Amino acid sequence: MSVHRLLRAAPTAPSPDSSPAPSPDSNSAPPRGRSAAVHSRALARQLHPGAWWLWSLGLAAAASRTTNPLLLLLILAVAGYVVAARRGDAPWSRSYAAFLRLGLLVLAARMVFAVLLGSPVGGTHVLFTLPQVPLPAWAQGVRLGGSVTLEGVLFALYEGLRLAVLLACVGAANALASPSRLLRSLPGALYEAGVAAVVAMTFAPNLVADVRRLRAARRLRGRSDRGVRAVLSVGLPVLEGALERSVALAAAMDTRGFGRTAAVPRRLVRTAGALTLAGLLAVCSATYGLLTPGAHPWALPVLLAGAGAAAAGLVLGGRRSVRTRYRPDPWALPEWLTAASGALVAAALIWYAGRWPEALTPSVVPPTAPSLPLLPALAALVGLLPAFVTPEPPRSTR
Amino acid sequence: MITFEQVGVQYADAPAPALSGVELTVPEGELCLLVGPSGSGKSTLLGTVCGLVPHFTGGTLTGRVTVAGRDTRTHRPRDLADVVGTVGQDPAAHFVTDTVEEELAYGMESMGLAPAVMRRRVEETLDLLGLAELRGRALSSLSGGQRQRVAIGSVLTVHPKVLVLDEPTSALDPGAAEEVLAVLQRLVHDLGTTVLLSEHRLERVVQYADQVLLLPGPGEPPVLGDPAALMARSPVRPPVVDLGLLAGWTPLPLTVRDARRRAAPLRGQLPPPEPKLPPAPAVPAEPVATASRLVVSRGRVPALRGVELALAPGQITALMGRNGAGKSTLLGALVGLHAPDSGTVRVNGLVPHRSRPKDLIRSVGLVPQDPRDLLYAETVAEECAAADRDADAGPGTCRALLAALLPDVADDRHPRDLSEGQRLTLALAVVLTARPPVLLLDEPTRGLDYAAKARLVTVLRALAADGHAVLLATHDVELAAELAHRTAVLAEGEIVADGPTPEVVLASPTFAPQTAKILPPYLTVPEVAAALAAEPPR
Repeated sequence: MSVHRLLRAAPTAPSPDSSPAPSPDSNSAPPRGRSAAVHSRALARQLHPGAWWLWSLGLAAAASRTTNPLLLLLILAVAGYVVAARRGDAPWSRSYAAFLRLGLLVLAARMVFAVLLGSPVGGTHVLFTLPQVPLPAWAQGVRLGGSVTLEGVLFALYEGLRLAVLLACVGAANALASPSRLLRSLPGALYEAGVAAVVAMTFAPNLVADVRRLRAARRLRGRSDRGVRAVLSVGLPVLEGALERSVALAAAMDTRGFGRTAAVPRRLVRTAGALTLAGLLAVCSATYGLLTPGAHPWALPVLLAGAGAAAAGLVLGGRRSVRTRYRPDPWALPEWLTAASGALVAAALIWYAGRWPEALTPSVVPPTAPSLPLLPALAALVGLLPAFVTPEPPRSTR
Repeated sequence: MITFEQVGVQYADAPAPALSGVELTVPEGELCLLVGPSGSGKSTLLGTVCGLVPHFTGGTLTGRVTVAGRDTRTHRPRDLADVVGTVGQDPAAHFVTDTVEEELAYGMESMGLAPAVMRRRVEETLDLLGLAELRGRALSSLSGGQRQRVAIGSVLTVHPKVLVLDEPTSALDPGAAEEVLAVLQRLVHDLGTTVLLSEHRLERVVQYADQVLLLPGPGEPPVLGDPAALMARSPVRPPVVDLGLLAGWTPLPLTVRDARRRAAPLRGQLPPPEPKLPPAPAVPAEPVATASRLVVSRGRVPALRGVELALAPGQITALMGRNGAGKSTLLGALVGLHAPDSGTVRVNGLVPHRSRPKDLIRSVGLVPQDPRDLLYAETVAEECAAADRDADAGPGTCRALLAALLPDVADDRHPRDLSEGQRLTLALAVVLTARPPVLLLDEPTRGLDYAAKARLVTVLRALAADGHAVLLATHDVELAAELAHRTAVLAEGEIVADGPTPEVVLASPTFAPQTAKILPPYLTVPEVAAALAAEPPR
């Protein structure tokens, strides 16, 4: 019987808390999460998810500033290299490829639309001419078919490529740190909202799996499993199933103590809510002021005040939460370097785009061969830094 | 530890109360097993302990339930989370995070325990449940038994005084079930945890129970007491108890070991061990379905590696093997849900994955693991009418079949409101409407009590006698022993044993039914009874 084997295998049994002796729980040493070891590159550990997201957002911001295909491909290569070097072996680590495919799809769609609907840039180098579909007068300004110019195709290609690279950057962040790991680092006041978001996110893949299973089951009833009708007819059972699963998850979370709150004065809760709401409203209106043309001297102070109020609200709101965090990801030198490298790439390209915009947006009218500007290229290469300065992820997930 | 004082539960739309007059105390540190037929209120009783009834499910709770001194009327489930750990039937529905380690820590994070405490308890629990190897694994990559152990571990880390488990081994293969039960046994022994669990497969758990809480059925008050005494009057009994009753042993044996010690005189009474097989089909006719050198991949993983199988008309074949061995994939390949990578599948002359669904249902029918997948309509009557249309059968065919299989299903019930057994029967009727010569069932006894299982056995025997070839994938060794002429064992996508059921199950301790362990070569209690009746006592 395996009971006996197990008994011997694990001699230490958890001590019950009810023991009258001073429980070891209360007097054990505080965790030394921030010991010097976290700075060591030799120690395999997961990097803080926030660092990966900052780094990839930096790359994405840089990519959004240029349509130079050489530079975009360079950023793509940088992201790809880091992903290949530092992703773990969990299922979500494979999402980079999925995002790349999605990017290609977007690029292809952009090209098809440019060819079919024409392009706003005009141009003289006609590649070929499609038969044009005559459209009624009310559809003026829309063109279907007609001549396809090299300029139009190039423009669409660059724009599509930029979008694809942005998607790849998001994919890189996903592959390196799953969003639910990022969620664990949220402030306590936002945690419950964050859980809702993550549950909604897991809802989608489950829904897809359900639709597949039920479509297969249609075959067992002798009905066709292809076509729109097959998908529609399983709609109700799929929704029922999804609802049942959500309710089961909610029950499970409730029995595991989700939503336990500390007793705090009602006034504090209200103040926290009011501060957060007012702060966010201020931030929104200030952002509007900053982004619209014209001088709005009030915008910056309001933005700062709003951000401050929102932060104070979150801190106050966090007092209600009794949650603690198991093995929080430390933020050490590798995290600083990773986040800084992303920020540097973004800053360099934004600065360069302000000074020499023509280098980052190669002209398509007339079409010219794009050249690789030296300084932005070097800046983009800084994004490779995490591949060398971060510790390897642990390989225990398979 | 847990006290019930005149507890009753009434759901809003139910005609009769789900529970009434429960008055008992479960002492600390006992493994208490809930026994009763389907619909006797086992899940409701478990729900009252963790507070989900009535806080989550609605309904009216009368009387008082206290757990470790806390009244469940005034404590919500989340306020009870530190004294009661609850694990539902499907561990996958229980998981909130992505990896084993985070899942174990989740409950403690909600409680606000100090990080150092959490760290230590996670390590202890990993050792206790033998999960240390899996600590970084994604939950989605675990097998059924591993998931169940993680689910148990995830509630153990908060050190609950009471553990509530709803059918923890129903979905597991015999090996994985042993794993989980060994863990429970260990918790009771070493930590003094009070465990309250319900389980349909009594043959797996009854020997571990310190107390049995018998819910005889609607209208009768539950009784708590000594397992051996209560099993004698329980409407649901494992084979070892049936055998004890047959032989008139008192006190009743609950373990195979006890029964074996008492069985010596009975062995003398029985005719000498000539293998008495269940009646095999007269002539092993031309197989109606074959798979040869079948290779099927699910994603990148090869699920079947060169499977050879032939199903003859009139023969019932049981397909066994651990979770994830490829049983469902093999059934899926036989109905064309999965295209083979190589090898061939022929069912009634058709190539399943290339045939039109309309033609295929006349050759082969599959009742999936969850019969709800097959049922779309709002009422039973509509479902039957739709099945007639799908199969081009005369109106009323399906309804007549259903009436023959199970007389008391009302026309206007919603298929989702039926009991597990009724739902299975409805799905079976829907599949049989097209009169397929080959019938496949995936895990048909999950969630069925002994009465529903006995009915299923009768139905399937009749179908086989009618010339249907039946293949059932199952973890239920007792069912296979009782029903199947032939048993095939799948492991790692290959058939590792295939032959007459007695030969296969007697050769393997994992797949042997209880009776075979006590009185080999007899496989079931009815066989023993028949042999005793034929042989006058000496």
